[in-house]
Parts: sequence; C-alpha cells; structure tokens
Amino acid sequence: MAQRSTFWSTLTEPLVRQNPVTLQILGICSALAVTTSLATALTMSASLTAVLTLAAGLISVIRNHIPGTIRLIVQIVIIASLVIVIDQILQAYFAEISRALSVYVGLITTNCLVLGRTEAYATHNPPGRSMVDALGNGLGYSLVLLVIGGVRELFGKGELMGQQVLPLVEQGGWFTPLSLMLLPPAAFFLLGLLVWAIRTVQPEQAEAPEHSPPLAREGEE
Amino acid sequence: MSELWSLFLSAAFVENMPLALFLGLCTFLALSKRPESAIGLGVAITGVMGVTVPLNQLIYTGFLAPGAWAWAGMPELDLSYLALIAFIGVIAAVVQFLEMLLDRFFPAIHASFGVFLPLLTVQCAILAGSLFMVERSYTLAESTVFGLGSGFGFGVAVVMLSAVRARLAYADLPAGLRGLGITFILAGLMSLGFASFAQMVAS
Repeated sequence: MAQRSTFWSTLTEPLVRQNPVTLQILGICSALAVTTSLATALTMSASLTAVLTLAAGLISVIRNHIPGTIRLIVQIVIIASLVIVIDQILQAYFAEISRALSVYVGLITTNCLVLGRTEAYATHNPPGRSMVDALGNGLGYSLVLLVIGGVRELFGKGELMGQQVLPLVEQGGWFTPLSLMLLPPAAFFLLGLLVWAIRTVQPEQAEAPEHSPPLAREGEE
Repeated sequence: MSELWSLFLSAAFVENMPLALFLGLCTFLALSKRPESAIGLGVAITGVMGVTVPLNQLIYTGFLAPGAWAWAGMPELDLSYLALIAFIGVIAAVVQFLEMLLDRFFPAIHASFGVFLPLLTVQCAILAGSLFMVERSYTLAESTVFGLGSGFGFGVAVVMLSAVRARLAYADLPAGLRGLGITFILAGLMSLGFASFAQMVAS
C-alpha cells in the first residue's frame, strides 16, 4: 500500500505542486511556441510525454552501465533517436500538424525538461519509478500547454480544436476575435499570469525577494 | 550584399529567437538576472551559432541531403532523417572545442563566461538555427549570416531583459508575481516592442 501511494505521489506531484514549466523553469521554449491552437498543443504534449517516458525508462535500465563522463552524450543520443522516431511517425500520419509544428518537434531533443528529468531522476532510480516520474512531468507540462493553447485559440479565433465555439461577429454572432492572442506576446502574458495564479493559491512557491527594499538598507550608495 | 544585410537584420530583430520564436527561453530567463552574465551569454551564443550553422550546412549538403551521395552512385539515398543526431553531435563538439580553445589561450574570457559554455549544447536556439537552415535551404554565406544574426539578436534581447530586471530591485511586487511571473510579463512587453521591427525588413 505504501508502495502504491509513493508511486501515486510521484505521478501527481509534478502536476501542479512541482510543475516543470511554472516552477522548475524547464521546457518553456516549446511550451509557448506551439500553443496557438489546441490541436498543436495536444500533439506536442503527447510527443513530449512519449519521448520523456521512453527515454527515462531506457536510461534508467542502463544507468549502471553508463560511465559518468560521457553520460550526457549517451542521454542526448538516446533522446535524439526517440525524437527522430516520433518525428517520422508524425510526418507519416499527421502531415498537416507536423508542418504546423515545424522545427519544434526536433527541438524536443534539446528540451531541458527531457534532459533535466533523465539526468536528475532516471540516472538514480529504477525503471518503474523513473517512468512514473517522467509520465507525471510530461502530464504537468501537457496541462500547462493545454490551458494556454485552449485560452489562446478560444479568444484568438473563437474556436476549440477547430470547432467554432463563440459565434463571430461576421457570422451574425457577438464575438470579435482578439488577434493579439495569436501573437507571441500573449503567450508570455498568459504564462506570467498562470504562474501568478498558481503562486497565489500555493504561496510556498513564491520566490524570496532578490533585494531588500532600498529604504531598509542603511549606509549604502 | 544588401540581401545578406537584410537577412542579418531579420534574423536579429524580426525573427528574434527568444522573443518572437520562443527559442532558448530556458537560458534566456535563467541567466538574465545580472547584466554582466547576460553579456557573456550573448557573446558565447553569437560565437557558437556563427560557427555551428555554417558547419552544419556543409555537413547537411555534403552528406545528408537527398541526392548528396549521387557521386558515389547512390542518387536515391536520403539520409536527411539523421540530421538531428548529426547536428547535436556537431554542436556538442564545437562547444567542447571552443571551451578548450578559450581555456588554453584566453583564460580570462574563459573564466568570465566558462560556466555557460557547456550549457549551450542543450540550447534550443542553437539547434533551431541549424534546423531552420535546412528548412529554408540557406547557402553557406546565408547560413553564416543567419547564425551570426540570430546570435546577435539573442544577445541584445537577453542584455535588455537583464537591464530591466536589475531595475526591478526597486519595485515592490506582489509575492506571487516575484521572479518568474514578472519576468514572463516583461518578456511579453519586450516581444510586443520587437513586433514593431517586423516592418523594418521589406520582404
């Protein structure tokens, strides 16, 4: 029973409390670039979670056989091979989405989230635990992507997954699309606000002030 | 010549790596706390991208592109799916080499930003530079200019962000917004500003 509960907490911890994107600052690049619509966000989340889980499993299996000095290279080669497989699958079966994702699928290779988890967790833990941890982190990443992707598509185009949800003005409805939502700045603003919201609910995540207020310091400057 | 210049400008400002394409954000956010480290990072990225993008261009057209082995009697051989592994290998090797070179001949420079050099291997902006080079089929000259321009743009953005963040020392922010939250919103505002450069290069 205890065994099961630790597995469960390993899986659920990264969803909000230890979210890789909003707390650990890992894997942000792709998180923002592919969120103009829910469909691309979903594909990206699924690809990343698959790569992360498989990579963590593989690296964890051979963790005792990798010499410490070349472990980064070994890990990157394993991750890159998995990414190539995923990329080829996407090109074969989801050609349109693959084109929309452009280079970002390839960039899963250098996604700090993947390397960060395999390096920090999979090299020290047995395969089962590592894969659960990887899955949890992948889901935490997916959660952020889907929230931001959903908001941007809903307010930018009035659609969800390509289906019209809010009736547009041109079609006799009431909704005027906010084209800013589809531009890069909106992604930054939304993620900033999301971080703020999470940290308001969970104050222990808030960062300590970098500097004390200037008035409190005496005899400086 | 003017074509290359406009490619440089568009790589540096219109398609700014962190602010318009969201590439290399991890280092962009993590190392923009102090202006000094930001400058070091900018110089290192410009150097590495200026070398790796043209180098990868040579490797891609020479060995991996469809039809590259035509001279050896294998015109239908297409190795382009190996590009990712080849590029990562080249980047890791160049970064390692640069580090050894700096350590040997310019120890002062190496000490000032040596910490960031190994990190650049897993920097998405650098790998993306090479992938964009393939996607847009740049020539050797174009890829050199593109690499330098993207690196320069990254440097400018990270130095500017770090300058703004240094001023934040005097701001009394809500606790939840401190650190990461406000940095995202700052980056959003800068991205909005950089969007106005879009008119600068007539395509």
